[in-house]
Amino acid sequence: MSKILVIAEHLHGKLNPATARAVSAAAAIKPEAIDVLVLADSVDAIAGEAAKIEGVSRVLTVARAENAHPLAAVLAPQIAKAANGYSHVLAPSTTFGKDLAPRVAALLGVAQVSDVMTVEGAHTFTRPIYAGNAIVTVQADASHTVVATIRTASWGAAASGANNAPIETLTVDTTLPSHTRFVELQQGSSDRPDLQSASKVVSGGRGVGSKENFDIIYKFADRIGAAVGASRAAVDAGYCPNEMQVGQTGKIIAPELYMAIGISGAIQHLTGIKDAGTIVAINKDGEAPIFEVADIGLVGDLFKIIPELEQALS
Amino acid sequence: MKILVGYKRVVDYNVRIQVKPDGTGVVTDGVKLSANPFDDIALEEALRLREKGIATEVVVVGIGPADLTAHLRNGLAMGANRAIHVVTSEAVQPLTAARTFLKLVEKEQPGLVLMGKQAIDDDANQTGQMLAALWDRPQATFASKLEIADGKATVTREVDAGLEVIEAELPAVVTTDLRLNEPRFIKLPDIMKAKSKPIDTIEFASLGVEAHDHLTTTRYAAPAKRSKGVMVKDAAELVAALKQKGLL
Repeated sequence: MSKILVIAEHLHGKLNPATARAVSAAAAIKPEAIDVLVLADSVDAIAGEAAKIEGVSRVLTVARAENAHPLAAVLAPQIAKAANGYSHVLAPSTTFGKDLAPRVAALLGVAQVSDVMTVEGAHTFTRPIYAGNAIVTVQADASHTVVATIRTASWGAAASGANNAPIETLTVDTTLPSHTRFVELQQGSSDRPDLQSASKVVSGGRGVGSKENFDIIYKFADRIGAAVGASRAAVDAGYCPNEMQVGQTGKIIAPELYMAIGISGAIQHLTGIKDAGTIVAINKDGEAPIFEVADIGLVGDLFKIIPELEQALS
Repeated sequence: MKILVGYKRVVDYNVRIQVKPDGTGVVTDGVKLSANPFDDIALEEALRLREKGIATEVVVVGIGPADLTAHLRNGLAMGANRAIHVVTSEAVQPLTAARTFLKLVEKEQPGLVLMGKQAIDDDANQTGQMLAALWDRPQATFASKLEIADGKATVTREVDAGLEVIEAELPAVVTTDLRLNEPRFIKLPDIMKAKSKPIDTIEFASLGVEAHDHLTTTRYAAPAKRSKGVMVKDAAELVAALKQKGLL
């Protein structure tokens, strides 16, 4: 039988919603137990949130000052120790999970499955390759621990509230390296919905034209309560910060509504939005590839259309 | 300081991949191959560090079949001092690649290993992290800025929450993100010069790397197609359509 360890992702004392998505994937393996591991300097609030997620059997905590920031070199040896007795170690396929999980896998001497889309069996998974243009079924060796990252856009968050899993302190006896040190985190301040968990996302591309013009995208997104994303071209041109990039090498999202405004739709961008419920494209070029995937398309000048949209909404 | 650069050859990023109808793989015959875009960025960064006098030698490393030599020549033409070609006809998964790199690291003793954050064919995003773990050295993934001074690297990393800055003592593994730099173009005279630069050829089997890959790919499939959409003629019609779907 399977026993699964899910690595909790958190920031500023709050559990990241990606963790509950990884728990959903864990549940699909139909395991005997799903334990969530919280590594932090101060664990109580995070562990409390994790304990409420449906399907979680236990929350294990390791509170150490060294765990204040998510440094893979520091966390990985602790996870490799904690993995003893588990058939699977799962982390969300966020920058946190992508940085950490391969380090854990290598310490355990096992291959890693990246970006699990579906669970076909305890050791059989599907995952995307070539920017999502092919989906492969991969089988992990059943005699080893499976280390995998979970493609968050493919999994809904496990429900939260009804569960009350026990929280236990875990002692991990391992010396931690000091060769890697956290300096700072520079964050854009935003009270908009989180891009990766938002149900609506409005994205702007090169067609928006400038950083100043991007205000029209922010304003419209706020009007409909959406998060704001961007294409690589918009980020490269300096219209908006990197954490807004949607695509193969940025964030992969699956909102109910995705509105691509002034985005041509390069393969690498489409990879990031393939699982969106409804895709709307607004572009002045009727031949733009974005229209091939859009559920609703509108050809025209975004600077004319957005004010009209706002008017139609009021 | 010597820098090793991972330099993988992949299907060009502009090619629209086709899955074989029998589900055994993707069509790669006659398809244009290029350097993995993230590896070009890694090589560019290494060359800039050499130009600043921080690095003394830049070595590109490729693992693959005999004809990979031509690809490594591109790395030499871009400016690498020499190349190492680990020859194998087998497909190499990230754990095996990391173990192979570890052997080369032990032999070459680099101060820094630069790799792309992911290869755009398998999209694994693992090799750099795995090498750092096996080598027991720091890793700085998704780098968008790299500064080297006083035996340590200060790296700005592109993370979901924004930009994270970390310090890593050298030697270390750094994996590159798109915004680290803009790779230079190869000039014709450099292609000529590259012909006389050395490529060390090493048989994969001679390295003694355990090549038992634990992942088996059993099937390739094309992704589910989205159904054809509709075009609307103006903003009012768009809003009406979204309201009807309950999205606004």
